[in-house]
Amino acid sequence: MTERSWPAPSRAEQGATAESIDTDAVRPRVQRGILLPSLYAGNARAVMHRGWLVVAKTNWLIVLSGLFEPILYLLAMGIGLGSLVGTVTTSTGAEVPYAAFIAPALLAVAAMNGAVYDSTWNVFFKMNYGKLYQGMLATSLGPLDVALGEIMLALARGLLYAGGFMLVMQAFGLNLSLWALLALPAVVLIAFAFASFGMAITSYMKTFQQMDWINFIMLPMFLFSATFYPLSVYPVAIQWLIQAMPLWHGVELVRGLTTGAVGPHLWWHVLYYVVMVLVGLTFTTRRLRALFLR
Amino acid sequence: MPAPVITAVDLVKKYKDFAAVDGLSFEVAPGESFGLLGPNGAGKSTTMRMVGAVSTRTGGGLGILGLDPNTHGPEIRSQLGVVPQADNLDAELRVRDNLIVYGRYFGLPYSYLRPKADELLAFAQLEDKAKSRVDDLSGGMKRRLTIARALVNNPRIMLLDEPTTGLDPQARHVLWDRLFRLKEQGTTLVLTTHYMDEAEQLCDRLIVVDKGRIMAEGTPASLIREHSSREVLEVRFGSARNAEAAEALKGVGDRIEVLPDRVLVYAHSGEAALARVTELGFEPMTSLVRRSSLEDVFLRLTGRSLID
Repeated sequence: MTERSWPAPSRAEQGATAESIDTDAVRPRVQRGILLPSLYAGNARAVMHRGWLVVAKTNWLIVLSGLFEPILYLLAMGIGLGSLVGTVTTSTGAEVPYAAFIAPALLAVAAMNGAVYDSTWNVFFKMNYGKLYQGMLATSLGPLDVALGEIMLALARGLLYAGGFMLVMQAFGLNLSLWALLALPAVVLIAFAFASFGMAITSYMKTFQQMDWINFIMLPMFLFSATFYPLSVYPVAIQWLIQAMPLWHGVELVRGLTTGAVGPHLWWHVLYYVVMVLVGLTFTTRRLRALFLR
Repeated sequence: MPAPVITAVDLVKKYKDFAAVDGLSFEVAPGESFGLLGPNGAGKSTTMRMVGAVSTRTGGGLGILGLDPNTHGPEIRSQLGVVPQADNLDAELRVRDNLIVYGRYFGLPYSYLRPKADELLAFAQLEDKAKSRVDDLSGGMKRRLTIARALVNNPRIMLLDEPTTGLDPQARHVLWDRLFRLKEQGTTLVLTTHYMDEAEQLCDRLIVVDKGRIMAEGTPASLIREHSSREVLEVRFGSARNAEAAEALKGVGDRIEVLPDRVLVYAHSGEAALARVTELGFEPMTSLVRRSSLEDVFLRLTGRSLID
């Protein structure tokens, strides 16, 4: 069989009425990629656009509400509790006001929450009830397009929360160094890692009860990852455990940048997230393939 | 003859040890309207998914538009229009946005999609529903929207999996009309159905599949000729007497089949068979002579027992 040598479909001769379909018009062209051509069509942005459209037309208020959570924490804990605490010593030995200590942690948490919400509950629903992906994968999109598109959407949300919160930090004078500018890309990386990992985990979930496990892990991680006090208060064994968890790396990375305690040690945190991104993407793509291209 | 758009050779799909599709071979020519018939669980939908490049085959060969779906999924899918068995419209988007966003998945530009969406809404007779929510549409409207959506990329092949299941007669006829227009315009149609009238209306050629294998292949007319008689006489003698009467009527027509409520006599001429029945001294409570249909072929080939 020769490649693409079939004749163009014969055309009814009548003029194009409203009811006839003009089959000779544009046909989609798929650029065959070098990377995983059977899984990726290079069109993740279409998946992201779809998400934006839904958010823009239906629930942007819900999205905005996510912005206020870290601000409320900052006011209650940073300003309120902070007036009792005074200053805290960071892991690099610097003395900083309590609000400036917890603000970067809350920033990392905001990125995590935005990304995790979009990549877990949102994806879980679409996967199991909306049949959305089934429709998407009947088009030229591949599973990697879908995964990347959803993750980019989660990133955008993470970035929105982070940007808003950084402005609040600036207003309260909690960005202690110019390095704080780099906190934005750092937050994107954190969101990327949580989103790709979250989506990978979600793809294995079958019921709502299982989804509750995600919250069960997220809450203690939020409370204990050196968010509200330094890691040094824990016994060594607990310190190791917390350092193995992903949020601690985000807290340390962002705190290093906003307080200006920058050093090569920050690269370890970056590396941690890069690995997390790669592992998450690999599992998500594999899993979507197993689920939808069976 | 032009190169076929679909070529399947000994196509096999196994789930663990169970072979859902067990060695199907068929070809579909461009512009042809091709049907897969079979009872539930025959392997129709599995075959459709493999042809739609959303399921990897376990064995055999499959070429869609000259490409291998295992390695060229996105390229093949970009040339297909898929109407799945269950509607999977995007309930979070309005009717018109469903068409546009779906077109975006194919990488098509907005400048093309906006007029195209309006054209397709007209084709699906949904112009006044453009801004409606998908959930507010009736079953028939959803189905038409799904078909319109499948046309957004000007597909070379349309794959329709039980397109009219669950629709009322009016909605079915509207849908058939739309599909017939597509066929007239030269779009290749591949459809599964278990409505025999639908297959007779829409298919140039079809295969009857059961337990993952092809039981018969041909045009609707040739299948009827080959596997059934020209006419069928249906006579009722009352539930208690049907079996007894059928025994006595042996030799009338080509073949006799006893059902719980009636006796079917397959014959070239139903009237002549009925005359013979009365000659033999039987007085049926009711009698009906009809043309043989694809349904007779189907039931003969796949049996009458209920399949779940």
